[in-house]
Amino acid sequence: MKKELICISCPQGCRLTAEYAADPAQAEVSGNRCPRGKTYAITELTDPRRVVTAVVPTTDSARPVLPVRTSEPFPKGKIAELLNELYKIKVTPPISLGEVIQKNALDTGIDIISAENRN
Amino acid sequence: MVYDTVIVGAGVTGAATAWQLGRYNIKCAVLDKAADCGFGVSKANSGIIHGGFHHSVTSLKAKLEVEGNLMIDSMQHALHFPYVRTGILVAAFSEEEMQTVEKLYHRGLGNGLKGLELCSKERTLELEPKLQDNVVGSFYAPNGGTIEPYRYVFALMENAQLNGVEFKRNTKVVSGRFADGIWHLECEDGSVVKSRYVVNAAGLFADELSKACGAEEFTIRPRKGEEYLLDRTSDARPSKVIFPVPTKTSKGVLVIPTPGGTTMIGPTADMVDDKEDAATTGEHFDKILAMTQNMVKGVSRRDVITAFAGLRPAIEGDDFYIAPSEKVPNFIQAAGIQSPGLTASPAIGVYIKDLLKKCGLELVEKSDIIYENPGHPEVRNLSDEQVQALCEKDESYSRIVCRCEQITEAEIIDAVRCGHTTVDGVKFHTRAGMGRCQGGFCSAKILEIISRESGIPMQELTKRGANSRIMAGKLGTLEVKL
Amino acid sequence: MKNISCDVLVVGAGAAGLCAGSVTSKHGLDTIIIDREDQPGGILKQCIHNGFGLRYFKEELTGPEYACRVAKLAADAGAKIMTGTTAVEAKKNADGSFTFKVFSQKEKVCYISSKAVLFTTGCRERTRGNIITPGTRPAGVFTAGAAQKLLNISGYLPGKCAVIVGSGDIGLIMARRLKWCGIDVKAVVEIMRHPSGLTRNIVQCLDDFGIPLYLGHSVTNIYGKERVEAVDITPLADGKPDFSKTFKVDCDTLLFSVGLVPEVELAKQLEVKINPATGGAFVDDDYETTTPMVFASGNGLHVHDLVDFVSEESERAAGSICRRLSGAKNSDKVPVTVEKTLKYVVPTQATRGEKQSFYFRPLIVANKATLEARADGKIIKKRLIPFVRPAEMLEFELEIPAECKEMEFALTGGELL
Repeated sequence: MKKELICISCPQGCRLTAEYAADPAQAEVSGNRCPRGKTYAITELTDPRRVVTAVVPTTDSARPVLPVRTSEPFPKGKIAELLNELYKIKVTPPISLGEVIQKNALDTGIDIISAENRN
Repeated sequence: MVYDTVIVGAGVTGAATAWQLGRYNIKCAVLDKAADCGFGVSKANSGIIHGGFHHSVTSLKAKLEVEGNLMIDSMQHALHFPYVRTGILVAAFSEEEMQTVEKLYHRGLGNGLKGLELCSKERTLELEPKLQDNVVGSFYAPNGGTIEPYRYVFALMENAQLNGVEFKRNTKVVSGRFADGIWHLECEDGSVVKSRYVVNAAGLFADELSKACGAEEFTIRPRKGEEYLLDRTSDARPSKVIFPVPTKTSKGVLVIPTPGGTTMIGPTADMVDDKEDAATTGEHFDKILAMTQNMVKGVSRRDVITAFAGLRPAIEGDDFYIAPSEKVPNFIQAAGIQSPGLTASPAIGVYIKDLLKKCGLELVEKSDIIYENPGHPEVRNLSDEQVQALCEKDESYSRIVCRCEQITEAEIIDAVRCGHTTVDGVKFHTRAGMGRCQGGFCSAKILEIISRESGIPMQELTKRGANSRIMAGKLGTLEVKL
Repeated sequence: MKNISCDVLVVGAGAAGLCAGSVTSKHGLDTIIIDREDQPGGILKQCIHNGFGLRYFKEELTGPEYACRVAKLAADAGAKIMTGTTAVEAKKNADGSFTFKVFSQKEKVCYISSKAVLFTTGCRERTRGNIITPGTRPAGVFTAGAAQKLLNISGYLPGKCAVIVGSGDIGLIMARRLKWCGIDVKAVVEIMRHPSGLTRNIVQCLDDFGIPLYLGHSVTNIYGKERVEAVDITPLADGKPDFSKTFKVDCDTLLFSVGLVPEVELAKQLEVKINPATGGAFVDDDYETTTPMVFASGNGLHVHDLVDFVSEESERAAGSICRRLSGAKNSDKVPVTVEKTLKYVVPTQATRGEKQSFYFRPLIVANKATLEARADGKIIKKRLIPFVRPAEMLEFELEIPAECKEMEFALTGGELL
């Protein structure tokens, strides 16, 4: 198998080629300009993930939403479910940058963290 | 409740009539189908106060134009609307055009205008160095100017309301019936407004209203005009309104220094079928650009910040149709008020008031007429001391919301408190969102202020009423499906 | 009225202003950074997506995170950040200093005088009006940034079903953002034959969601009297719309992401000359404009594709301010120009015998092109660039020969747009 991919790990957007017999986890990756390219290609072929960013409602009417993110790339297939959950919660300041807003979201072991300081 | 007079239509004609009628001891109301006054024909307008030389004074149109022109200055002192008597230059670029210019000059003299000047090439360029050097000569009418038409309508309605005239927004009259000496105006929402007299100032829809009231049958044919607005930094901004030599159907494409500091180029003139067709087209732009570039230096595509189109309520014949109905009683027609309707409007207001009187409406002047509107401070036009003083009282005068036009939060609050609760209403009252970023930076903030001050939830705010909602709801109300 | 003085006035507290202010403050210069908004961070605050900081902070951050970091840098260095403060007027004084009139929530009308000025004013979006899109004028037409602010700062949905005009990064990011808010995205329409945004954003913002990208197409009409109801999309043939192939797409929202323009209106008041190729000021390698002691950096100078470059550039501009305020003279410089394969170069004046970085925006699409530096017509350095796209800024480090009279850069090979 030969798959063409574009690395999204950084803005360079390396054009990757992944070649494998049966198991994509064993793929030979070329075209990457750094080791993250190989990791990306294999993850993309086996368990695609994305960093999810969103805003969640707050109780502060002056700043009604707070930007949040997943602490690490999140399984692609569960993103819709995650977002529908996130828009329902309501957070109350003070909140600090990096503070966990939701632990172990959808049992993935991945946390939702605040991307901003709020007093 | 029976009104003495109901004016249908809060455009420039209805508002000027209301402004006049407010001075008398009668119960008067203005009904408009839109969310605010001036939202029809009046808002999309070149904003020219014409000099009174395009039409012969034998017509009602020219008579009212000349009279209206003379009233504008004193009205500005009392009502505070943006208006500058810039003067008008009709520029000729050939000897043939110069002959037409001379005709206009003589017509102006015949109409009794003062200060007119027939200019040589040199004098023309001295008066307006922005004109292209191949100008042959011109005719200068110092009595012309530019006005913000929406603010003018707002000011007229504000004064009318101060003097007790009621203004009913979002009220569309669908039919009228005269019985027992009283007009029963049936509105779209099922309500009935009763009045002894009716003024039909329904603009593009004056024909439909007339018919629905059993009065004369005539046809208003919308004639579309497209305008393009150039940024305030444009090199093309002349000091005077620049007219080309007019053709039979149109006064031509102008270069207009708006009172707000931007420059407008346009309008076109095209008959359309749809009275709500205010769409712009690409092809006209190239034409307008070329025509204005031929007249004025520095007109550039790069400076265009927005385009809009307006509809003129054209009627058969060359004149305004302002007269009592001959078919039904106590019904004044004020239709076909296209250019120079804005200029003529003060005189139209007076004229309609006199017609009502002739038709038997007893008009007794009030003893406590409020002639002057309260001012609406415009921070961009005030001295440091004045701004500082305002800020001491109300810190929202120090918060600039619209960066391009330097409009403060206080001015937006003021507009909302004056009853302008749509985004366009606030824009027309304050200029917030009219600048080069077209609201890109400030629209979210403006929406918050309107919502906070008016109590209308954010998601229900509109651009200009009805179904023109800005937002589809709060985040989280749509299910994410990927 | 209050009068305040300082050494350096920085106009704009986005990434550029905050990074620059942290450098001048650390150097001991009394620095004031003013910003219109109530919070520092500029447009980053509404760019909630990730992808920032890989170069400058060596980790991947979201916009608000990057904003927090650079705001902290500036504050820790001792820069005074005046938020809720809008500069309305700028003038040059007889003694060479500058005075700005500002409106400030705290100080009301206030004058700030400084020895040096750095404009880090960012950019604004081009609008529907700028590209003269015909049609009605209903609600539901937004610039991408205005819609982004509505969603990410105010928490409201701009519509239910959108078409996006322009494939720049903001447009692409917004496509994903809309999808992640439950809003359908029917199409992204790009007038050029190549995407304007970074490739990775095509992948993760469009391909991930199956959103069609119409290259070489244009929106040629907008329908809907009150709210947007549909748009016409027309392919271009030889640069002109081929109306025989127009198709109509129903939608209630139209976002425009059709380019950014540096905000230079205030700088113009100080007689700063504007480079038509960038829309920002002409600057030399000290980031000094044509008005002495007035500097510019960041997106208010030229539009960058990465905030990391904005931060780095602003640090360099701040470094120059520090040197100049310690008495260093502005040296005699070489004019720097570009051939037609490049849209522009920054800076346009550079010092001989010094190693320095030049930044370019290519006008060509190529898979292998050579960037050449020519001193008085002779190639003195070249570099092979594997992927050349107008979306991606090029950076080139070089020492200008001591005897050089003029420098020129060019891209060779590849296809001219």
